Amino acid sequence: MTITESQQAGTTSLTTPTTKAQQAWPETGQQTTEPPRTDAGGRVTEGAPAKRRRRIPSIGLILAWAIVAAALLWVVAPGLFTAYDPISGVAAEKLQAPSIAHLFGTDALGRDLFARVVHGAVHSLSGAFIAVAVGLVAGTSIGLVAGSVGGILDAVLMRVIDVLLSIPGLLLALTIIILLGFGTVNAAIAVGVGSIAAFARLSRSEVVRVRRTDYVEAAFGSGARLPIVLLRHVLPNSIAPVVALAALQFGVAILAISTLGFLGYGAPPPTPEWGLLIAEGRNYVATSWWLTTFPGIVVVLVVLATNRISQWIGGERA
Amino acid sequence: MTRYLTGRIGQAVLVLWAAFTVTFVLLQALPGDSIMIKFENPELGLSPAQILEVRARYGIDEPAVLQYIHTLMGFLAGDFGYSIETGTPVLQRLAEGLPETAKLAAGGFLLAVVLAVTIAFVSSYTRFAWIRGVLLAVPSLFISIPTFWLGILLIQVFSFQLRLVPVIGGTEAQSLILPVLTLAVPISAPLAQVLCRSLDAVYTQPFVAVAQAKGASRQWILWRHVARNALVPTLTVAGLTFGELIAGSVITETVFGRNGIGRLTEQAVTAQDIPVMQAIVVLAAFVFVSVNLIVDLLYPVLDPRLAAKGRVAV
Repeated sequence: MTITESQQAGTTSLTTPTTKAQQAWPETGQQTTEPPRTDAGGRVTEGAPAKRRRRIPSIGLILAWAIVAAALLWVVAPGLFTAYDPISGVAAEKLQAPSIAHLFGTDALGRDLFARVVHGAVHSLSGAFIAVAVGLVAGTSIGLVAGSVGGILDAVLMRVIDVLLSIPGLLLALTIIILLGFGTVNAAIAVGVGSIAAFARLSRSEVVRVRRTDYVEAAFGSGARLPIVLLRHVLPNSIAPVVALAALQFGVAILAISTLGFLGYGAPPPTPEWGLLIAEGRNYVATSWWLTTFPGIVVVLVVLATNRISQWIGGERA
Repeated sequence: MTRYLTGRIGQAVLVLWAAFTVTFVLLQALPGDSIMIKFENPELGLSPAQILEVRARYGIDEPAVLQYIHTLMGFLAGDFGYSIETGTPVLQRLAEGLPETAKLAAGGFLLAVVLAVTIAFVSSYTRFAWIRGVLLAVPSLFISIPTFWLGILLIQVFSFQLRLVPVIGGTEAQSLILPVLTLAVPISAPLAQVLCRSLDAVYTQPFVAVAQAKGASRQWILWRHVARNALVPTLTVAGLTFGELIAGSVITETVFGRNGIGRLTEQAVTAQDIPVMQAIVVLAAFVFVSVNLIVDLLYPVLDPRLAAKGRVAV
């Protein structure tokens, strides 16, 4: 495969191809001037200079943080949001439409759907957290080593990453699930392995960029060794886009884990995992629309929110 | 050019071989013995001698290296082994599912391109900022929607509420509408994003200003000057979405109950049917690598500047 910047863009689906950035920012000739970072959130930047960007966070961003905060609170203290039990229901109250008593309605076993969504947050979000951790640690290590050592090791590692990229993410995840077996943690690890390639590529390109800067040359010149330079100079200066990608991958992982849950490879029933909730509601599509609609909307909102935050980390804050 | 071509094909073959090796290591070289779980099941009533025969047929008593060489040779000769679940040749199961998936994927990809082009061109051409704002938000929404949920939602709205598309029965075309739409939505998002950005980028180029200064209309500039130049980065991403297309068909076919490669994948994972899974992964990698090879070879045709340079660097 030809390694192009846009290939990287395709795999993360969102990273800005450099074409625009390169053309809109003519070379200034100064090494120290930081080139514009790729906008990991995936919105078209208007080409306006960074200085003109608003200092006050937009409503969308505040909303995004609010949604993520709410989801995190669901993880930490689900009892604050709902008094109903997510596992055992009241048979007499089965398949009730949404009302004041049951915000999202009830399912076939009379369980409060809102309670199940709230209690399910811990499964979906911790799964996404594990997935991102796997991808971040493994991918960034590979990228850091490849970018800083260079030479044959770099070439070999990046070819391996190319191979991972040529296998569609879901198929790679499913292969790993065959290997590890079903379950929430296994599904999370499988999703995480799928994101290693994206992290490795981004962190390698960042390391290669930072390595060329004057201050790294200066650090080497004043006698620092490679590990120290990596830790003190390269890592802090190349971490921001990686963090943005991590935030983005968090949303991607929530989607992927819910997909695996839907296919039945994640947590077993009656776990209220979000994908599984939608899968269970599927049998009642004709009569009880709320069973699939509400959990789906929650997933979309959380993913949109993490994408918005990723975009903010990656570009707008600077 | 010939040297470049052979080099690129060689690279593609190398990636394919590596993809085969990775999946082999993950799936077959590991100690898990899912084949024997099935055949040593007492309900099947196989005698120990028969079990030995089965073991020999699947070649699982050979050392891993020999197994690897045999499987690789088989793949090169077009023999993907036998499905553990059904006992039929894997090739046969793939061939049965391929036409269905090809139809779905072709439809999904075409619709995704139409959606992406519409979003990008309307947002680029419109004089109303709010239309542009709304359209530019669409791709971010599209990639945040779980594909399986979208499919269920479409069934709910179009089949049960509006009764426009029958759930069971219906013509071939009717049964394709909703799956194609489900598949197209997530794939159109990256296409639209890249196309929007490249359109914006090309608009800042000096030749656009020259064309404007000469009095060209907005329409003329968009079609004659900007669109052609914005095509190359979009093509790159279009090639990359083929992987998504295969993954998307797993979900879409499961939701809509269509019997294609995607459904086969889902069944293979559930039954831990390793030979089938390995063949599917290699097939997916093959499609992905070939499509991207073709895309690479198309660059010089689309942009003569790249041909002049002698090598492709986008």
